[in-house]
Amino acid sequence: MSDAVATQAEPAESRTAPAGSAKTLLTRRRTYVITACALLLLALPFYLDRFWLQAGLFAMAAAIGAIGLNLLTGATGQLSMGHAFFLAVGAYGYCVFAGERGQEINGLGLPPWLAAVLAVLVAGVAGGLFSPIAGRLKGAYLGIATLALIFIGQHVLFNAENLTGGANGRDVPAMSLFGLTFDESEITVANVPFGSAEKLWYLGLVLTLGCGLFARGVLRGRPGRAMNAIRDHRIAAGVLGVPVARYRGAVFVLSSMYAGLAGVLLALVFQRTVPDYFGITLSLEYLAMIVIGGLGSVAGAVVGAAFVSLLPQLLTRYSDALPLVSAPGTGGVAPGEASRYLYGAAVVAVVLFLPGGLVQLAARRARKHPQEDA
Amino acid sequence: MSDVSTFLELLLNGVSMGSVYALIALGFVVIFRATEVVNFAHASLLLAGGYVTASLHDDIGFWPALGVGIAAAAVVGAAVEFLVMRRYRGHDHSVLAIVTIGVDILLTTELTRRLGTDVLTLGDPWGDAVLTVGGVSIAHTRIAAFVAAALLITAFLLTFRYTSWGVAMRAAAESSETAALMGVRLGRVSLGAWAVAGGLAAVAALFLTVFPTPGLERATSLAALKAFPAAILGGLDSTTGALVGGLIVGVTESLATGYQSELAFMGRGLGDLAPYLVMTLILLLRPSGLFGTKELARV
Repeated sequence: MSDAVATQAEPAESRTAPAGSAKTLLTRRRTYVITACALLLLALPFYLDRFWLQAGLFAMAAAIGAIGLNLLTGATGQLSMGHAFFLAVGAYGYCVFAGERGQEINGLGLPPWLAAVLAVLVAGVAGGLFSPIAGRLKGAYLGIATLALIFIGQHVLFNAENLTGGANGRDVPAMSLFGLTFDESEITVANVPFGSAEKLWYLGLVLTLGCGLFARGVLRGRPGRAMNAIRDHRIAAGVLGVPVARYRGAVFVLSSMYAGLAGVLLALVFQRTVPDYFGITLSLEYLAMIVIGGLGSVAGAVVGAAFVSLLPQLLTRYSDALPLVSAPGTGGVAPGEASRYLYGAAVVAVVLFLPGGLVQLAARRARKHPQEDA
Repeated sequence: MSDVSTFLELLLNGVSMGSVYALIALGFVVIFRATEVVNFAHASLLLAGGYVTASLHDDIGFWPALGVGIAAAAVVGAAVEFLVMRRYRGHDHSVLAIVTIGVDILLTTELTRRLGTDVLTLGDPWGDAVLTVGGVSIAHTRIAAFVAAALLITAFLLTFRYTSWGVAMRAAAESSETAALMGVRLGRVSLGAWAVAGGLAAVAALFLTVFPTPGLERATSLAALKAFPAAILGGLDSTTGALVGGLIVGVTESLATGYQSELAFMGRGLGDLAPYLVMTLILLLRPSGLFGTKELARV
């Protein structure tokens, strides 16, 4: 998947990027900001402990899923409450394809990279099967219809025990790519022991970057214009020759493939998949992400994903130091609940006072100081 | 027990549960018609009403507690409209639907935190009494649910048809701009819609938590979610649709649960899934629901 994304993203990128010479590239402040961020992200595994690396990996997986949902909800205006279902398809699909043939739980024993690609494709097919509905229903109607996916998903996860392990879930086989296995067998790079979290970090970075660039290409190109037209005025879009139902169906499939990939990455980080995780709360979290970050843009999805998925981790880590927040079971507000209050309130506040999401704050600053960016 | 009486029992239970779902779906449709907003916070309004009733009934008795619960849910609904929905300056109704998701996250988190792992009873007077007529037995609670829902729905439909509030509501649903020009105060209409929806949800909360279900618990909000398929398979903008949709969901759920052993190849817990399967099937055939307004534009 990552290869396919990278090769397809490049032409779209070169087509939409301004024909800037090397000089303008060097004088733009943005270039330096991006380079600094990239270096920071590459260096982090050498300094952070496992807890923060895992938190970061959750954020990356969430970012991939949120980018996909933002293509559907933000750019095309189609609400989906069924994103958790496609995450589950990706996660469990990977386990089934890559898992060894066991006593009680079946697996196909395929190479992990192939299993990951197949899992993403299966998520796409699942989205395609739903597209007769996804293509014909609009906005919030689709949101309710996709609720069905959550319940179907939960039903299958709990009942197809020889594939999913039932309520106890199943172990996730480690990823291996070009002879490198992403498990706990430690290799040492520059005196830092590299376990699974460190290795996965780089895989996560590559996948997130590829997914982000591909989505940016889609949004800035012809399909993106068509999607925005459908969102803003469906009939006008149809009159202009945009095949509305086909586009809606196609975006739904694309978005479910993104969710599938996010599911694969999540499974690799968790190392065990359990059905309870893929419930309706997860879908709501993803919707909260894209609204908080900013609807309709890749940056918005990434910012929102970081916000929503890092918040509970931060609160858990520092629950002793924070007022009102206490460890679960002690009667106070548990970190998980505290973070739900925060992002629930953030969704409401962002829509009312900052309709473009958090990325709009950055855009406003850029508009105030145009000379820096020009 | 014969096959026929089993079937009749399941059918009656289904109709009774269906009328409760219809109550919830009706509130949902009322909000949609008045404001074009799909209210995903509906389940949490229901939970709020149920919680207030459950925590008061010991001190002030069941009926006053139910009254306070209904009023509280109506106030919560109106507050959501007044404090949140009215402040939105944009025009995109699916963004407003997402706001209601934010509200739902807030309310549900607060209520489930208060509930914890408790199962609260609402102190209803029916208990676990069962009425048996000709081999068919049905719980008193189920009869009460059906009667109450039927009365409320009739009262609501009459109000909707004959009072000036109902006329204003229908006018706003038909064309909000024209209604505003004719002197209908849209703010008041949508405030009223949210309050009514909250009140209906609180009544439904009572009947979702009485015998044979154990009581008000975290999972109650999941049961309340079944009103969504009820509303959409009937057609979101149709009150008739909400009633028929509610009955379809209730009966399907009851039959699927009752004949679970015959349908064992589909796995356990089929009853919870059945309403959603039916919704998917109906939407495949009729995208705007059974009674919903068909879209005239074909693009």
